[in-house]
Amino acid sequence: MGVGVSVGASPVAQPAAAAPTPAQLAERAAARRAAVRRTIESVAVPGGAIVAALVLFGVFMAVTGRNPLAVYQEMFRGSFGTWFSFQNTLQRAAPLMLTALATALPLRLGLVMLGGEGAMVLGGLAAAAVATHFHTPVSVKLAMLLVGGLVGGCWLAGAGALRAYRGVNETISTLLLNYIAIALLNHLVEGPLRDPASLNKPSTLPIGDDNMLGSFPGLDVHWGLAWGLGACVVFWVLMQRTTFGFAARMVGGNIRAALLNGLPVRKLIVIVTFLGGLAAGLAGALEVAAIHGTANASLVTGYGYTGVLVAFIARANPLAALPVAILLGGIGASGGLLQRVFDLPDATVNVLQGMLFLSILLSETFYGRRWFATNVANVANVDRKAAA
Amino acid sequence: MRKLGPFIVGSLASRLRWITIIAVILGVWSEGARTNVAQGAPPPLTIGFVYVGPKTDYGYNQAHAQGAAALAKLPGVKIREEEMVPETMAVQKTMESMINLDGATLLFPTSFGYFDPHILKEAGKFKNVTFLHCGGLYTEGKHPTNVGSYFGYIDEGQYVSGIVAALTSKTSKLGFIAAKPIPQVLRNINSFTLGARSVNPKATTTVIFTGDWAMPVKEAEAANSLIDQGIDVLTMHVDSPKVIVELAERRGVFVTGYHANQSTLAPKGYLTGAEWNWGKVYTDYVTWVQAGKSYPRLLRGGLKEGFVTMSPYGKAVSAATKKKADAAKAKFMDGSMVIYKGPIKDNTGKVVVAAGTEQKQTDVALEKMDYLVEGVVGKTR
Repeated sequence: MGVGVSVGASPVAQPAAAAPTPAQLAERAAARRAAVRRTIESVAVPGGAIVAALVLFGVFMAVTGRNPLAVYQEMFRGSFGTWFSFQNTLQRAAPLMLTALATALPLRLGLVMLGGEGAMVLGGLAAAAVATHFHTPVSVKLAMLLVGGLVGGCWLAGAGALRAYRGVNETISTLLLNYIAIALLNHLVEGPLRDPASLNKPSTLPIGDDNMLGSFPGLDVHWGLAWGLGACVVFWVLMQRTTFGFAARMVGGNIRAALLNGLPVRKLIVIVTFLGGLAAGLAGALEVAAIHGTANASLVTGYGYTGVLVAFIARANPLAALPVAILLGGIGASGGLLQRVFDLPDATVNVLQGMLFLSILLSETFYGRRWFATNVANVANVDRKAAA
Repeated sequence: MRKLGPFIVGSLASRLRWITIIAVILGVWSEGARTNVAQGAPPPLTIGFVYVGPKTDYGYNQAHAQGAAALAKLPGVKIREEEMVPETMAVQKTMESMINLDGATLLFPTSFGYFDPHILKEAGKFKNVTFLHCGGLYTEGKHPTNVGSYFGYIDEGQYVSGIVAALTSKTSKLGFIAAKPIPQVLRNINSFTLGARSVNPKATTTVIFTGDWAMPVKEAEAANSLIDQGIDVLTMHVDSPKVIVELAERRGVFVTGYHANQSTLAPKGYLTGAEWNWGKVYTDYVTWVQAGKSYPRLLRGGLKEGFVTMSPYGKAVSAATKKKADAAKAKFMDGSMVIYKGPIKDNTGKVVVAAGTEQKQTDVALEKMDYLVEGVVGKTR
């Protein structure tokens, strides 16, 4: 049966048969059980890794003389424990969902790109620059998001094209392009695009209060959250459920096979890197449209780099990027409370993040092992023997 | 199988065991929670401080943290501090978190970039909370009434530092490492240079702009390049002067400090420095707030008002130099000193302050400064 080749962690397709034999029934039951196990595995392995990291961090806290239980209780209060805290977490997670895509999508093609930061910064700058040329709130908002996304997309597509057509290493080029993007931002904001009224903090002309994006209905979280959620779902569908996504993943799986099958590998690379940049550029445009109302040095936030971590922990799966972004948002939201209540330095949160990343990345080696490893065929065999 | 997944596929007994363990953990946890709440007796006044960098940066943030530490000694005051908060949504959420979770009613978000839009937005949301911001942007009628801003004329300190630097220098060549060519920074460079040239008309100040507030690598490169040009006194306007001060000491040149006291980093070469004295400003504010009195929405001061102080003179400062610097300081203290007294030319030869014109510290023209005075080697862009 075709169960073994089902891609990723997708649910097992149930073949329709007119009159299943007992053997077939047994196999189907076994397949169902295997699918349940895979689901448990995909929750238990990262879950176990998180618990392990928390235990380790608890030991660290105890060594520094703090009660680990009290620390975790405060962390929970600061990230998910109250309605305010949960919104705080979501707000911090929103930009990470988008910047994660800048790394996650190219990763499916086997490209390690770190250019989310640069694409985001330029997306924000372009959005602020274009805002002054439109005059109704709807057109300003649309133009900002569109242009921000396009500029971010073109920025990373450039790196993608260099990779595809000239063989330039995409990791190095995107990393260096980040510095160029930040230098461009500073140059333009302090020079040609500077609002003469911004004296001690050089910024572009403000986009105006009427043109700002508001809050998500019923939440104290701006619309960026909806864009983040939407983008992750749309790109997951694109990568997992379309021919285009299959082709892109094939490039990542085996580039020679893709070439032999006549796939337009270079075009795929440029398009997917464009889409990644589009998401990051959108994140920048949203920062300007929903928070700052102008572009200045505050756009350089490091969200692009945090997005890289989100993408890797989510194993380049756009849908998995959502909970991971929320987890990181929660750590960010509770980090402040740790500083304030326990008088811990800011670096404490970095220690926790480091432990989490390390243990999650190490936990990858547990996939497909021991209890989880029993594959469909083996289970079916065991069942068949038992039936006999 | 059972061994590795006891809770999911195990027997009833093993499930019960797991449930007991989890229940005990949760019980301990909630017990801890309760005692924690009980310990937190209602505080009279909770004050939140937000810093953009580390509290121990030997600079801008440390100066504010010292102010906060001074408040912590007052009765009936509880301090909550958070460092490394970027000028993004993060600072809005930090302020909200301090208000919602810590019960803060007075906030000191100390970075310049926190004001617009972050403080303005939060002040609109939380009308019962007072937001006092360092940097000086409050405009009557335009901004919410629960917002105030304070700042100091620290260029007075730089003027005195300039005198000490010029009299101690053997080459008459001084160096200034600055973050950005914005009015606040230009004013420090100009006051330092005017101070230096008031005692040594041949003195020059060579300026290097690094482009950002915290760029340790560029600051070190700039310091090395200035020292290689024969400059023997360095000063700076960056968030953390630590790297520059340490490097000056290692290369055997003199240095005057900024923001906070860095003398421990350069016991031989540290001459003096322009320091913030936020402890005084914060204590005043808290006294006003605790007494329920109205406080000034726009608060300014220099050496005279105690907003700014000078680091104690270092070993390398001669008695004659101390005398001249003290004389200038005395004139600041009695209010007779005017730094920007015409005629003043910029370094391209253009007159920027006409003869007979006096621009006192409160003059708004100084807040829009876009020139470097004669004697400064460098460009504003």
